[in-house]
Amino acid sequence: MSDIPISHILFVSTALFFIGMYGLFTRRNLITMLMSIELILNSVNINFVVFNKYLYPEKLDGIFFTIFIITIAAAEAAIAIAIIINLYRSHRSIDVEDASEMKY
Amino acid sequence: MNLSLLIILPLITAAGILLAKGLKQVRVIAFIGASLQLLLCLALLYFYHQERVKGNTTNFLFEDGYVWYRSLGFNYHVGVDGISVAMILLTAFVVIAAVLVSWKMEKMSKEFFFLLIFLSLGAYGFFISLDLFTLFFFLEIAVIPKFLLIGIWGSGKKEYSAMKLALMLMGGSSLVFVGLAGLYFNTNINGAHSFDILYVTQMQIPVHVQKIFFPFAFVGFGIFTALFPFHTWVPDGHSSAPTAASMFLAGISMKLGGYGCLRVATWLMPEAAKEYSTIIIVLACIAILYGAFATMMQTDLKYINAYSSVSHCGFILLGIGMLTKTAINGAVIQMVSHGLMTALFFAAIGMIYDRTHSRKVAQLGGLMKMLPFISTVFVIAGLCSLGLPGFSGFVAEMTVFMGSWEKGDMFYRVATIIACASIVVTAVYILRAVGSVIMGPVKNDEHLKLGDAGWNEKLAAALLIIGIIAIGLVPFWLTELIDPGTETIMNSIDKAVIVK
Amino acid sequence: MGYRRRKQPQIVLTIYIKREDRTKKMSYSSYIPLIPLLPLAGFVVLGIFGRKYFKRSSGIIGTFLLLVSTVLALYTAYQYFFVDGKVDGVYQPITAIKYTWLSFSKNVSIDMGIVLDPISVMMLVVVTFVSLMVHIFSLGYMKGEERFGTYYAFLGLFTFSMLGLVISTNLFQIYIFWELVGVSSYLLIGYYYDKPSAVAASKKAFIVTRFADLGFLIGILILAFYGKSLDIKTLIENINSSEFNTITAASLLGISALTWGLTLVFIGGAGKSAMFPLHIWLPDAMEGPTPVSALIHAATMVVAGVYLVARLFPLFTLSPAALSIITFVGLVSALLAAIIACTQTDIKRVLAYSTMSQIGYMMFALGISGYDGEGGLGYTASMFHLFTHAFFKSLLFLGAGAVIHMIHSNEMKDMGGLRKYMPITHITFLVACLAIAGIPPFAGFFSKEEILLAAYHSNKLVYAVALFTSGLTAFYMFRLYFSIFWRKNKQLHDHHQEGTVSMKLPLIILAICTVVAGLIPFGKYVSTRGLPLESHFDPVFSLAPVAFGIAGILLAMWMYKNETARPERISVGLGGIYKAAYRKFYIDEIYMFITKKIIFNLVGRPAAWIDRNVVDGTMNGIAWTTGKISAMIKGVQSGKVQSYTLYFFGGIIALAIIFLYLWK
Repeated sequence: MSDIPISHILFVSTALFFIGMYGLFTRRNLITMLMSIELILNSVNINFVVFNKYLYPEKLDGIFFTIFIITIAAAEAAIAIAIIINLYRSHRSIDVEDASEMKY
Repeated sequence: MNLSLLIILPLITAAGILLAKGLKQVRVIAFIGASLQLLLCLALLYFYHQERVKGNTTNFLFEDGYVWYRSLGFNYHVGVDGISVAMILLTAFVVIAAVLVSWKMEKMSKEFFFLLIFLSLGAYGFFISLDLFTLFFFLEIAVIPKFLLIGIWGSGKKEYSAMKLALMLMGGSSLVFVGLAGLYFNTNINGAHSFDILYVTQMQIPVHVQKIFFPFAFVGFGIFTALFPFHTWVPDGHSSAPTAASMFLAGISMKLGGYGCLRVATWLMPEAAKEYSTIIIVLACIAILYGAFATMMQTDLKYINAYSSVSHCGFILLGIGMLTKTAINGAVIQMVSHGLMTALFFAAIGMIYDRTHSRKVAQLGGLMKMLPFISTVFVIAGLCSLGLPGFSGFVAEMTVFMGSWEKGDMFYRVATIIACASIVVTAVYILRAVGSVIMGPVKNDEHLKLGDAGWNEKLAAALLIIGIIAIGLVPFWLTELIDPGTETIMNSIDKAVIVK
Repeated sequence: MGYRRRKQPQIVLTIYIKREDRTKKMSYSSYIPLIPLLPLAGFVVLGIFGRKYFKRSSGIIGTFLLLVSTVLALYTAYQYFFVDGKVDGVYQPITAIKYTWLSFSKNVSIDMGIVLDPISVMMLVVVTFVSLMVHIFSLGYMKGEERFGTYYAFLGLFTFSMLGLVISTNLFQIYIFWELVGVSSYLLIGYYYDKPSAVAASKKAFIVTRFADLGFLIGILILAFYGKSLDIKTLIENINSSEFNTITAASLLGISALTWGLTLVFIGGAGKSAMFPLHIWLPDAMEGPTPVSALIHAATMVVAGVYLVARLFPLFTLSPAALSIITFVGLVSALLAAIIACTQTDIKRVLAYSTMSQIGYMMFALGISGYDGEGGLGYTASMFHLFTHAFFKSLLFLGAGAVIHMIHSNEMKDMGGLRKYMPITHITFLVACLAIAGIPPFAGFFSKEEILLAAYHSNKLVYAVALFTSGLTAFYMFRLYFSIFWRKNKQLHDHHQEGTVSMKLPLIILAICTVVAGLIPFGKYVSTRGLPLESHFDPVFSLAPVAFGIAGILLAMWMYKNETARPERISVGLGGIYKAAYRKFYIDEIYMFITKKIIFNLVGRPAAWIDRNVVDGTMNGIAWTTGKISAMIKGVQSGKVQSYTLYFFGGIIALAIIFLYLWK
């Protein structure tokens, strides 16, 4: 396991991050956008774990943060989906462009 | 006596209003709350007087304080001197009258009375504060509800007026805050800063600092009290506001400014006050005379009273700007007097508007025939406004004149004469309004069916008239009440020396 | 910084040392306050409850209260003049009551008090007496009016204010009651509030006098500043004493502060007393009920200006310039008003101008008076004329009221031949006319005689003008008399009674007073320093004025006794002069031009316009600019979530680049 160099893993996490970014920029569907945000969060998680493992193997801070983020992400997803459902009920759509009443 | 009661009581009343259902319950709770406020304030006057008779000569009585935010030195610190007691009494009178005249407020009554009571909380808090931060906090409380009161319950171009009023007053309070912050950062207790007024008076604020921050504080508070040229919110705001809000606005809000100019700007920065007194006097004279002339041309009753408020509030600023004891006494009396009088005037205009649905001078006439009580109230308010002896306006104006005349310089003389000249113009516009609205032939036959004031309106008017006459007939109780307060302020002014 | 204990109203007892004086003041202070306070009580009670509870009886209540006041005033006069007013042969001022009402600084305070001296006691009697007559007369005249109670309430307010004015100890107290008198006059002129002309007249009266009061107020400020007191007695002492000599030194424009102050105070007095050029309100004030005109605009309020000058006379004598202004204004008013009165056709307006003319007499009599001994004759004469004028002028007005009550018109052309229908009115009116024309032995003869004598001794030109004016007075009064009671034998369609007893009684009483008032040796009681002044009755000197008076009467008789074309021809013959006099020398028009055209159009309108457009425009402009800028930058806040994220990441990348590479 220690054969895998850190750069590989960082490459994966960067890829994941930018895939999430791309999704966030291009998609109008709120569910997809939420999924993209999850991707970004996960890329961060990977970073935490990797840096913890490779740089400070005797500590657990990175792991803790990861678990913390996973919890937060779960709560966030719950709230976000609740908002999305409410939006769907009122607008019959979950396209971000459709909810424009509060603009300006 | 615990001064915090003045804040707690309105809070309880406001909470009670939120819990009540329907107009009837709401207004009864509001009325009880306002009556208790009045009783509390009268009790305050009594206890204050007792303390003074006992020989207590501290500047501020009933002091009380809690630490609010220790690391920055924000404290809740309250206490009253005669000036604050006078202003608190004024507030109580105006609030109960405002509740009474809005007795039939059908639209969103709960919110309306809630906001009204909440405003009174802000005013009381402002007047009892001895900490600049608390003072600012309550000043803001007394601004924001007005936006809603005008925007929701107003008439005419109410959104525009509400926005204008809120923006200008918020602008004023932001200037005030700059001034207060300037004071704050120039205090020093072992390296920390303080917002405490009593502490700031002990500090010698450097003159160059005063010169920078005095204009901020004075202009900021001045906007509240219709300092020329920042008075334009007054006509629009008053004319669009519902009756009770107009009464509150002109009766109390404009006095917040005058009180602030005196208590904060002049007292805490006396050197700068001397330095800038010329400018203040010039602006005040412009407001007095120009406001009076502008009033002459108005055709809407509320505009008439609003512009006349600009003119009358000029006397407050003139008195403060003159920096003599008599003149400052006069300014304080004018605050109380104008508060009562203009509230009465707006109440009368509101009563007329409720019945005739018009405020245009040209459309009204001969109301004495149908509405003798309201007309009498209108005439009394008018006569008080033009400074008739026996009413409070006379006492206030004459005290300001006497105080201004004490200054021997030609400049002050001319300023006083300009101010005196306004009493003639005042007579012109008041008598024009009275002559065509109250007297003269009835212009609209439908008005013949109108009914006179109900008990609530009569009670409201009677309370305000009692206040006006109590000052007008026996003014010495008021002057003696405020005298120690002005003396304290004068001491710091007399000590101030302008170093060229 | 100490808190001073509240000053209790205290009776000042310490001016005199003598013990009996002390008890004297005590006895005065026990009942004198009632004299003004009873009418005030009437005002309060009738004002609040009159409309509901005392609709019918309010007249009786008001009259009764005033009757008590009058009796007390007469008793006071008796006590003062005959029992204990004199100390060592000199009438002393007695301060019966004084308490501090509003204190400005150590020396300067407004006191409320009662001072008794010859002129104030005389005025107490005049005011209460005439007011009582008017109260009684109004019982009949105003009967059936809807606002009967209010009318009596206002009369009470007026009487209270006027009494408060005449007993003032303090200059500011005078000013306070001065304003109150003004407002009660305003309320009473506007009593018929649904008549536009009455509303306009009341407004005009108030504003013109207010304008004059501005002068009064500034005058008070000047005097108080230099004299270091508002108390009249102290003020006079201070200004007379040497340490206050700065006041007589030249100050502004080479005129001393004292002259400025006194002239300004006199402007106030001139406004109230309808002196030229501030007289324009008085003729219009006749819109009020006629008894009101008799009380306010003939006998009491309009002489307040004269009273003010008399009260401050010791100060005026220090400033010859101010006195000559008074003389000039008084003389011009007397002559001008007499000329105008000859041309007016509304009987009340004739009387109004006649009042103005007579007050002009009183004014210039004060103006030419000196202060010491014989020189003070003008002062005594002026007060004497004030006293007698009050009786005969109120009698004239009440008589005119009775006529108007019967005819329902103010115009001379609607009248004529009334002597048969109203015999009592006719006789009493005739008595009053003879009195004002200065025919012996009626009251006006004696007082006018003294004025002319004083004028003769001081300035021959003044004397000449005064003599001519007295002839004119006789002419226009008898023009009035003949036009009302003689001329055509008009048949009245409905046979009214002459009026109720309550209307006739005051006429008779006043007529008796008019006959006897002149016989009072006035100089013994009222003079500049309180010393008795011997009257100088000189039959030879009287010849000229009486001759002028009789000439005036004969001319009026020739022109107006029978219906002829003579008046017409003469007025045509006079041409422009007649027209100018008829139009009151266009003074009203000038004022209208100044107020309507100049003040309103050149000051008021621009002020209102500037406020709405320039000042408020600037404020709105700021708001508008802010709005525009906000609109410009709000495009960035598109509301598109994606663009926000783009900005966000763009920003982060930019910051990252800055901090990693550029920020070295």
